[in-house]
Amino acid sequence: MNDTIYAPATAAGRAAVAVVRISGTRTRAVVRALAGRLPAPRRASLRRLTTTDGVAIDDALVLIFHGPASYTGEDAAELHLHGGRAVMDGVLHALADQGLRLAEPGEFTRRAFENGKLDLAQAEGVADLIDAETEAQRRQALDQLGGRLSEVRARWAETLTTALAMLEAGLDFPDEELPEDVASRARPILLSLLAELEVAAADAERGARVRDGYRIAILGAPNAGKSTLLNALAKREAAIVTATPGTTRDIIESPMVLGGYKVIIADTAGLRATEDEIEAEGVRRAQAWGQAADLRIWLADGADPAANFEGAATGDLRLITKRDLSAGPAHLDGTPFTARSPNDVAWLESTLAQRVVGALAGSEPPAATRLRHRERLVEGAASLRQALSQDHHVELIAEDVRLAARALASLTGRIDPEAVLGRIFATFCIGK
Amino acid sequence: MAAFDYKPPGMTWDVIVIGGGHAGAEAAAAAARCGARTLLLTHKLETIGEMSCNPAIGGLGKGHLVREIDALDGIMGRLADRAGIQFRMLNRSKGAAVRGPRSQIDRRLYREAVQAELAATPNLEIRAEAVEDVTVVDGRVVGVVTATGKHIAAGQVVLTTGTFLKGVIHQGERRIPAGRMGDAPAIGLSNRLYGLGLRMGRLKTGTPARLDGATIDWSGLEMQDADAEPIPFSFLTDRISTPQVQCGITHTTEETHRIIAERLGESAVYGGRATGVGPRYCPSIEDKVVRFRDKTSHQIFLEPEGLDDDTVYPNGISTSVSAETQDLFLRTIPGLERVQVRRYGYAIEYDYVDPRELDTALQVQRMAGLYLAGQINGTTGYEEAAAQGLVAGLNAARAAAGAAPAVFARDEAYIGVMIDDLVTKGVTEPYRMFTSRAEFRLSLRADNADQRLTARGLKLGVVGPSRADVFTRKATTLAAARTQARALTLTPSAAAKAGLLVKADGQRRNLLELLAYPSIGFDDLARLWPQLAQWPAVVREQVEIDASYAGYLDRQAADVAAFRRDEDLQLPATLDYAAMGGLSNEVREKLIAIRPQTLGQAARIEGVTPGALTALLAHVRRRAA
Repeated sequence: MNDTIYAPATAAGRAAVAVVRISGTRTRAVVRALAGRLPAPRRASLRRLTTTDGVAIDDALVLIFHGPASYTGEDAAELHLHGGRAVMDGVLHALADQGLRLAEPGEFTRRAFENGKLDLAQAEGVADLIDAETEAQRRQALDQLGGRLSEVRARWAETLTTALAMLEAGLDFPDEELPEDVASRARPILLSLLAELEVAAADAERGARVRDGYRIAILGAPNAGKSTLLNALAKREAAIVTATPGTTRDIIESPMVLGGYKVIIADTAGLRATEDEIEAEGVRRAQAWGQAADLRIWLADGADPAANFEGAATGDLRLITKRDLSAGPAHLDGTPFTARSPNDVAWLESTLAQRVVGALAGSEPPAATRLRHRERLVEGAASLRQALSQDHHVELIAEDVRLAARALASLTGRIDPEAVLGRIFATFCIGK
Repeated sequence: MAAFDYKPPGMTWDVIVIGGGHAGAEAAAAAARCGARTLLLTHKLETIGEMSCNPAIGGLGKGHLVREIDALDGIMGRLADRAGIQFRMLNRSKGAAVRGPRSQIDRRLYREAVQAELAATPNLEIRAEAVEDVTVVDGRVVGVVTATGKHIAAGQVVLTTGTFLKGVIHQGERRIPAGRMGDAPAIGLSNRLYGLGLRMGRLKTGTPARLDGATIDWSGLEMQDADAEPIPFSFLTDRISTPQVQCGITHTTEETHRIIAERLGESAVYGGRATGVGPRYCPSIEDKVVRFRDKTSHQIFLEPEGLDDDTVYPNGISTSVSAETQDLFLRTIPGLERVQVRRYGYAIEYDYVDPRELDTALQVQRMAGLYLAGQINGTTGYEEAAAQGLVAGLNAARAAAGAAPAVFARDEAYIGVMIDDLVTKGVTEPYRMFTSRAEFRLSLRADNADQRLTARGLKLGVVGPSRADVFTRKATTLAAARTQARALTLTPSAAAKAGLLVKADGQRRNLLELLAYPSIGFDDLARLWPQLAQWPAVVREQVEIDASYAGYLDRQAADVAAFRRDEDLQLPATLDYAAMGGLSNEVREKLIAIRPQTLGQAARIEGVTPGALTALLAHVRRRAA
């Protein structure tokens, strides 16, 4: 009867341990799918969590509670994960893929009451917490729309109200002098709203840097030591290092974890003018990757008197390499560095980690919010598509637009029938 | 010392209904049907069932209400069928969910039908007595006091007194204290209601002039016919036998607008003499001229008031300017060049009781035994009033019998939508029903009102035996047809052979699934299965409608389930919000003022947060059965 829900139980952000809770009839089946074997009830057991396509997410402590002996009174589980948002992200997505629904604020607590697990005082105590959580989620969801939040929200609410007014006017006021085409006036505004929703849903779908990885590009002239640096950071031979300039012709991406976050560091082709068609393509790709990256490390060969940081911008890291070989040209403004010194590499790692944490911690809504947000956008868009796919029964078009409005209500606020009626009376002279 | 009571000593009435308008008539009839000994008191017998505004019943949302009243064995639908003189199914070309039955009504026929119906109703007595007050003992109503000082004892009292609270009529500079033109307002009762300290608001409504039809030049006017085959309101009416007439359609002119604009100061609102809020969907002609300046002409329906009454109601030009100005502007309208006015239009202002003072049974929360229904609750319209009257009468009778209140929810009936809107949100203008107010519109249809409500009404005891019989027969036939429809199946290739286009997926489809295709009609299938020809028309119509909405209704079932989850959680009436933790002051005040009866209703109160709902949930003692 009750569907199965999940949600992070610990606050978003970095912590040593993060907990995800699951409750409902499908709990055991879903935990089995993620963790393989089910642990004995109420016994913390270490399990490797994997996605449906077999990719390992984390080694986690898994606890199963058989209803009614659980917080909610239903079958429930807790997954204790290694803190870090990439891991949390991975688990939440895996649970969504299993068809579970992200819990609404207070939903675990509500189920606990319904099943007689909490008393009055406890219930009153959590009310504030739930409201704070609701408000935080709304803000975060809106933050994702990129800066113009209140404007976007108001515009969507406005569009839905107007569209519904056009559709409902002809239904509720058939004897009035309305324009013949009143219902079809909703169509163009719904089309443009649909386009906006699809873009927003795709943005949400692409997910965040915390899931895909913070991107760091290593850039510089050929033979400046880019591949050596990558290998030093990756602690393996990710890139082929030779003394021949121009050895790296494509992008070599190497994933790693810095400051608890997933990071992609890319070694790129040395930037120089070249006649070689293949190398020129490599240079073009290097530039493109560099431009899209979250952070660029520019290398200048300290042993090359003509070396420079041409192309570097404010905020980019500048390293004068081969410190062990040469003091470097005096005119260059950068940090002398050598990949051969473990100290230098450790310094660089910590500098990069600070940048990553600074950029990611708190800047993005947590995965739970993005998932919920995306669900609503996708649902809203689907209803609008359905509305636009039919052209005769206006009450069914209106029904689909109402469903879309309901899906988007967490962003736009509820579209009250009074507001729709108000729009009709303001636009048309109704008055039989 | 109370004076002589008509009832034998020691006996009290179960229910007294005050007022003989549409709310009062339906309340008295419902209470009596439930077996309550009911007394209807009204100051004038001859105005029982009077239609004091436009001569029409039904429409979008309103027609739905009439069907629901009828499904609960109320009187409005049946009597309108006898008095209806221009039946039209509105939105006939649109889907079933938004079709609304409507008819022009012969005022006299309707009034007489109501009076005859009530006179013949068992358990109901009617007396012409003005009521001066209700009698209150220990905070509950125990009877009424008449204008002659007589005390009549009763367990429950239903007040349906319309616009009598501080009613003021405006016509030009004239101000006349009144409930309706020619009727005196009831002062004592008003004082009682004000004395209770109930929250009140002020509203306004208006009517147009009544015209002498013989002085209208109909020759150049567009005429609107009744439907060729009138569809009755009532599930009990087989066919309409009252003769059908036409309505005329004309328009205001720029000259009309000029006169009104010049003399705007005469109007109650624009002259600053009226402060009540009027309905946005029924603006006066003054409002139309001011607010829609660009429109050079407004439509007017010339509605006949009866078969043997040539008075005409010009719908669309309600006004409160002076009689002289009314004559002047009317004669600028095509067809009305030489019109004679029988009664001039006016605006009426009145106080209403904030319906948030009521519970969902329409009982005043701070006065046990007192029920309010109709315009006094801030609504407008005969249908809205009648629907409330039915609910109030039903619940008064139930209270008299010691039974639990009967509540209709938003997923069951427009009646439920209306009452929930009223008691949860209150009103800011006279409340009228529209289909856009119903979130479950596709299932709350005029065509299935009996299937939604009659069985429930039988259980509640408000549906009499003759309707029970008709309902049961129809339900049986319908169930058999639906079973048959599920058993009749076709493969895609058989369908293709019959010229019906479905997906070639090897899936057999039954009659309902086939009908869900817009390209497949009932007649196509009747050719394949000749036995379908024997289905009665109503059955065929039902099956067709169900099939056309099938996809949406399946999806709506999940929404209804979610709605039900909160709606079935009753909040105990004894809840002490003042002492409850976890509520902000704003939320606490709203909960104290409205006293929601279910968790779902609490959630619909503006400003109530998920956290507050969680706290409330903890106080829900048990789920409703």
